[in-house]
Amino acid sequence: MTEPRAADARPNTLRRTRAGKQSLARRYAAERRFRSYGLLAIGFALLSLALLLGSIIHRGLPAFIHHEVRLELHFDPVLLGIERATAPEAFAFADCEALLRASLQSFFPEARERRARRELFALLSAGAGFELCATLAAQPALLGSRGARSLPLSSDADRYFKGEVNAALPESERRLSDRQLAWLDALAAAGRIERRFAMRFFTGGDSREPELAGVLGALVGSFWTLLVTLLLSFPVGVAAAVYLEEFAPKGRLIDLVEVNINNLAAVPSIVFGLLGLAVFLNFFGLPRSVPLVGGMVLALMTLPTVIIASRSALLAVPPSIREAALGVGASPLQVVMHHVLPLALPGILTGAIIGMARALGETAPLLMIGMVAFIVDIPGGPLEPASALPVQVFLWADSPERAFEARTSAAILLLLTFLVAMNLTAVLLRSRFERRY
Amino acid sequence: MNSAATKISTRGLNVFYGDKQALFDVNLDLRRNQVTALIGPSGCGKSTFIRCINRMNDVIEGCRVRGKVILDEEDIYCDDIDVVQLRARVGMVFQKPNPFPKSVYDNVAYGARIHGLADTPGELDEIVMTSLERAGLLDEVRDRLSDPGTGLSGGQQQRLCIARAIAVSPEVILMDEPCSSLDPIASARIEELIGELSENYTIVIVTHSMQQAARVSQRAAFFHLGAVVEEGETSRIFTDPSDERTRDYITGRFG
Repeated sequence: MTEPRAADARPNTLRRTRAGKQSLARRYAAERRFRSYGLLAIGFALLSLALLLGSIIHRGLPAFIHHEVRLELHFDPVLLGIERATAPEAFAFADCEALLRASLQSFFPEARERRARRELFALLSAGAGFELCATLAAQPALLGSRGARSLPLSSDADRYFKGEVNAALPESERRLSDRQLAWLDALAAAGRIERRFAMRFFTGGDSREPELAGVLGALVGSFWTLLVTLLLSFPVGVAAAVYLEEFAPKGRLIDLVEVNINNLAAVPSIVFGLLGLAVFLNFFGLPRSVPLVGGMVLALMTLPTVIIASRSALLAVPPSIREAALGVGASPLQVVMHHVLPLALPGILTGAIIGMARALGETAPLLMIGMVAFIVDIPGGPLEPASALPVQVFLWADSPERAFEARTSAAILLLLTFLVAMNLTAVLLRSRFERRY
Repeated sequence: MNSAATKISTRGLNVFYGDKQALFDVNLDLRRNQVTALIGPSGCGKSTFIRCINRMNDVIEGCRVRGKVILDEEDIYCDDIDVVQLRARVGMVFQKPNPFPKSVYDNVAYGARIHGLADTPGELDEIVMTSLERAGLLDEVRDRLSDPGTGLSGGQQQRLCIARAIAVSPEVILMDEPCSSLDPIASARIEELIGELSENYTIVIVTHSMQQAARVSQRAAFFHLGAVVEEGETSRIFTDPSDERTRDYITGRFG
């Protein structure tokens, strides 16, 4: 009888042999390596995200703060160039700048010559006079009275107080002269400079002056555009998905439609913009730069997303539910309306919201149909010229004034906030209404 | 064969799934107010046959039906037959309990609602209560009518599905292995129920359990490879089958 060999190829024991230990160690090492690759990848992704957000927040936060100067004003009708008790329309022609000039002049009497005066008045925002006139028009009783008012500083003066102007640079390389810096220091020393929350950023339309530029116009434009997109793409997309998934006979034609829808989802958005330009503007003659056309173009872009998401949501409804409804004598339409669609709705809504979020962030197609224009007024409806939030970011990023840099980042922050809110809604909807069968 | 006793009869029924033929020339008579059990090995065409009776095969892609299925002297595969009306008369209970993800009440009320069987909420309540009572479920769910039907136990869900089928007042109830996903106690409860229901309904049941077929049915048909091999009184089929294959199947030699 031969003894069984101790080091058999496959030992009949679970105890770890030497060779077994080695191969096991290799396997564990491979697994550890693989895990660390994954961790590394996630770490890199998180770091990039943190870097992006950190940089945008760091750059954007200053835009939410604005410095104002408090000036003693005498609402002198003579200086304003209007008589007491005139019609309110007359305030439109009032020389409010003269009031500001007089007030500043009395604070700094030494600035006499032409050039010094121009430099002095440049410290105030170009919009300060308009704001004052608007106040006057709203409260005509102020005429003839004296009082202190807070008025916006120019963006350069504002940036000085935010510490973004390097006073050590030679005077010729700065936007503010030594004299201007001295005046600003004097105003600060006199307690005239106030740090305020930049409400104008949220209540104003676009402007050439950074300190007056706001996102409201773009925000309202985006709202009208998205409304049109939603109203078009949601019903059409859901109806198309329901037909394709529940009613369409399987065949070559439907396969072709399916392939095309999937392809459309991958078409670059600017192509949709070109289509909109060619079809909606040139062929149908719709107006340029309006949210209606922007919404139509974005609806075309969003449709494939909505259709694909809706189809997969419909597909996820178990066939047993359809059979059950058919079994008690429901017609195919009743099966869809009473059972399949309600069960698929959370998934459909999630898809639609994600599609809308994509549409909200889309710039390229809007450029093609002229929603990139400089529009100061807040659009009152989908047929008035408007811009959109991402387009506003694009426009500001393109502007030469340094103060627009912060505005750009702040607008991006706002855009990201909306996107996160929309995606969060989608996630909540899904977890809230998801049903188990 | 007394025609008054026959509820459903098929003549030359052939069914194809694409190129594959699933049923070959099936001629079968199903008697009124009796339980007919369809037995046979898996894939022999029992389910296909049962789904022909309320045209549930219509929704299957590539399924074609040739031949006649006569329900009370009407061929249900005629062009002018309304499938919705047909399914109201021929109810179905599926293999896996499939209540709607709605309340117990709405599950039962759904069929009555879409067929307009109740004019007032009171009548609807009446229909729901009677159906639950007949399905032997009322005592267990009386306080839980607004709870989701999917929250009931498996056996209760299947009885809920039976109540849902009854609520439409069908004449025929088709059951496709109704106990296959239930434990023996729940199965026994369903079997008992089938016995009670057969007084008012014509029942066709597909089952893989020989004992179940023997317990619940008056008549039985043995399917093999898409054809009916033997059909007759359940007691005779189980004690004295005339065909070799039936005997082999019943005694467990194949299948």
